[in-house]
Order: sequence, then C-alpha cells, then structure tokens
Amino acid sequence: MAERIARGVFRTDTPIRISSYAAVVGEKEGEGPLGECFDEVVTDSHFGKDTWEQAETQFQLEAVGLALRKAGLQREDIDVICAGDLINQCIGSAYSVRELAVPFLGLYGACSTMAEGLLITSVLTDSGIADHAAAVTSSHFSTAERQFRFPLSYGGQRTPTSQWTCTASGAVIVSRDSGNIGVVGGCIGKIADLEITDINNMGSAMAPAAADTIMRYLSATGTVPEDYDYIVTGDLGVVGSQLLRDFLLKQGVDITAQHRDCGAMIFDVEKQDMHCGGSGCGCGASVLCGNFLPMLERGEAENILFAATGALMSPMSLQQGESIPSISHLVHLRKEQA
Amino acid sequence: MILDILKAFLVGGLLCAVGQVLIDFTKLTPARILTGYVVTGVVLSAVGLYKPIAEFAGAGATVPLTGFGHLLAEGIRKTIGRDGFLGIFTGGLTAAAGGVTAALLFGLIASLLFRQKDKL
Repeated sequence: MAERIARGVFRTDTPIRISSYAAVVGEKEGEGPLGECFDEVVTDSHFGKDTWEQAETQFQLEAVGLALRKAGLQREDIDVICAGDLINQCIGSAYSVRELAVPFLGLYGACSTMAEGLLITSVLTDSGIADHAAAVTSSHFSTAERQFRFPLSYGGQRTPTSQWTCTASGAVIVSRDSGNIGVVGGCIGKIADLEITDINNMGSAMAPAAADTIMRYLSATGTVPEDYDYIVTGDLGVVGSQLLRDFLLKQGVDITAQHRDCGAMIFDVEKQDMHCGGSGCGCGASVLCGNFLPMLERGEAENILFAATGALMSPMSLQQGESIPSISHLVHLRKEQA
Repeated sequence: MILDILKAFLVGGLLCAVGQVLIDFTKLTPARILTGYVVTGVVLSAVGLYKPIAEFAGAGATVPLTGFGHLLAEGIRKTIGRDGFLGIFTGGLTAAAGGVTAALLFGLIASLLFRQKDKL
C-alpha cells in the first residue's frame, strides 16, 4: 500500500503494476528520430474524420485499443479511465470515452496530464478501487494551434522559442497484479510561475515547476540523480531543458547525465525545423509509451523518473496579461519481475 | 514590367524582412508586430511618406500590412474631404471594404474547394 513520505510525495513497497501501454503518433512524429519505436504512425492527420478534433479522439481510441489488445483485456475490464487533452473542456477525451463506455475521470494538467493520470490511476489501483485503470492523453497539432494560438489558415509565423504540438496519443494500463514495470512512488506538483507571459516560450515557463518537483522527490526519498537511469521531462524543449539543468545545478544537483526531454527527443530539431522541439500532452505520453516503458520492460533501464510538465494558462488569461502558471507531476517507474 | 516586379519584390521583401527580424530578435508577439505594421502604415501615410513608396513599389508596398494602414489613412483623408467630420468614422472601413469582402469571398471559395492541411 502506498504511503505518504512527505507533503504530496508517496512511495510504495509493493509496486503498482503497468500491464500494457501503446503510443500512436502522426506523420511528422513518425519521421522523427524515435519513429521506429511507436506502435503506429498515422500519416493522415485527419485520421479519416471530418474535423481535427474528431481525429484527436480517434488517436486516443487507437492508443487505448492497442494497449488493451497488448494486455489481452477487453474494455469492460477497465474499471476507470483517467484521460485528458488540450482542447477546450477536454472534448478529445470526452468523445473518445463516449465510444468506450468506461467509468471516466476527466483530467486537465495540460502537458503534464500523462503523469497526473498515472498518479491517479496508480492510487486508484493500489487502493483496490480498480483492478485495471487506464491513463490516456492526446494532443493534435491542428487542434492545439487553433485552441491556443491562431487558426491554421491564418498562417502565423512561429517564433524561435516556439515548440511544435505533437499529434500523438499514449495510453497506459495500470493493473493490480500483472506487468513487469512498477510505479513505486510519485510526487504531486505545485504551481510554479516565473512570470513568463509569452505563449511561445512555454519551456522556460515550465522549467522551474519540473525543478521543484524533482527536488522534492529526491529529498523526500533521500535519493540522488545517480540512483536513476533517466530523469525524463515531458516537453521542456531545448531552451527549457537547459534552464531546468541550470536551476538544479544552482541547488547542487546535477542531472545532466540522466536528463532526457521528450520534447527535445521526438523531433530532429534541426532537420525538421522544429525550433525548440515538440510539446503537448501526446508528446510526453507517446515517448513514455514508445521509448521509456519498453526500455524498462527490456531491462535496459531499472529506474526512471517521469516528470511531465504542464503550462496551465488559457488564451483568455494570456490576453489579460497574466503570466503562465506551470506544474510538474512525477512518477517513479521501476523494472519489476513479472 | 520586369522592373515593376523587381521593385515590388525588393520593397515588399524589405518590409517582410523587418518583420522577421522583429520575430527573431525581440519579444514582440506576431499579433503586436502585425498591429504595429498597420499603425506604422497609417502614420507614414499621414505624414505623406507612404504614398511615394506605394507609387514606386506598387503591390510590394500595398500588399504588406503597412499598405493596409496606408489604405485606411488615405480613405479617411478622402472621405473627410467629401463628408467632413463623419469621414473619420466611415472613411477607413469604406476604403478597405473591397479588400475585406474579397478576402471573405476567396476564403469561402478556398474552404469549399480545398481541405485544410497541417502546417508544413
């Protein structure tokens, strides 16, 4: 049973299992350096649907379907699904769960949603409320652009610090007693705000949140970065990653060797002209499900901290001159014996 | 004709290059640069500088957003001459009506004929 070890930090001796996972990505993500590791690359960004929003829902359904198939489960076996995305009122998730007919908790943690979903599904499974619970997120470049920036047809220019919202979805199934990856701890993030107001510089806005969460988990557990194979952030991008490492270095913690950022990994920033890298809920989720969870499963890594970050502003708050409040949730993943 | 194209290319390109420099090296958001261009066009037109540029470069000066500012200022100037004080309120939009309506119409036609794609 999980227990509190500090404010917002928990740990468990009996790991909560991850039994299955899947990542589905769009064409650009498939052309990136990680292209090979995703379960499915969908080249039609409409996914055969009329609207981008319906396409995003389809990406989620595909990821959930694949994860269920890999685990040999039916959707009736899932006791609860915790899902979220970036569209207003989280409709990407609401409409995918409408198809699935599974008990549903909607989440909004912006790009930190996969970590938030893993925290909640882990605790629900650990407490015995669920035998199998699914954490699902998605993002779509074209829905996010019109949600947060401009309609695509407006043809706005991207700035040097801007990141590219990934068209991707990831699904993780957390189970009581099967799977050889375990969730053994977690840290619920606190809001950090560096008073950045530029929506094209979200990596910098989110870096202090990641630094705070990682520090809190390390100090609560009495561990050091060398205890982990990788310390993974969601989508800080190139600029934000540097800032995170600098922040932690100032506090005497050097994560340079362990740190990986999904946003910086998913694209070849130079070749694909991606400015500062990828972003979006689907970015961290798909790289976790396509790259890091398989590494744990294959035994190429033993311990991974996954700290996804989210920028919790809205277009309205930015228009009113508010700065970007950011958050980072962390889950500690460990290789277990099946 | 070739000379006209060259002039339009150079002046239009220069105006756009200024915008690119502002995007890359300042913290100005694209929306602020865009409105800044319109206002700059109005001011340059008001002090009489934009008209000679537009006559020299043609579409190279009228198509970028400074050209829209120039159009607004010119429209207001003309309408004030005809309708007096009321022209301040009607002149700008009246002058821009052709461009705005064309943009709406062509936008509609394009949306009917083509399917939206991701940005490349």
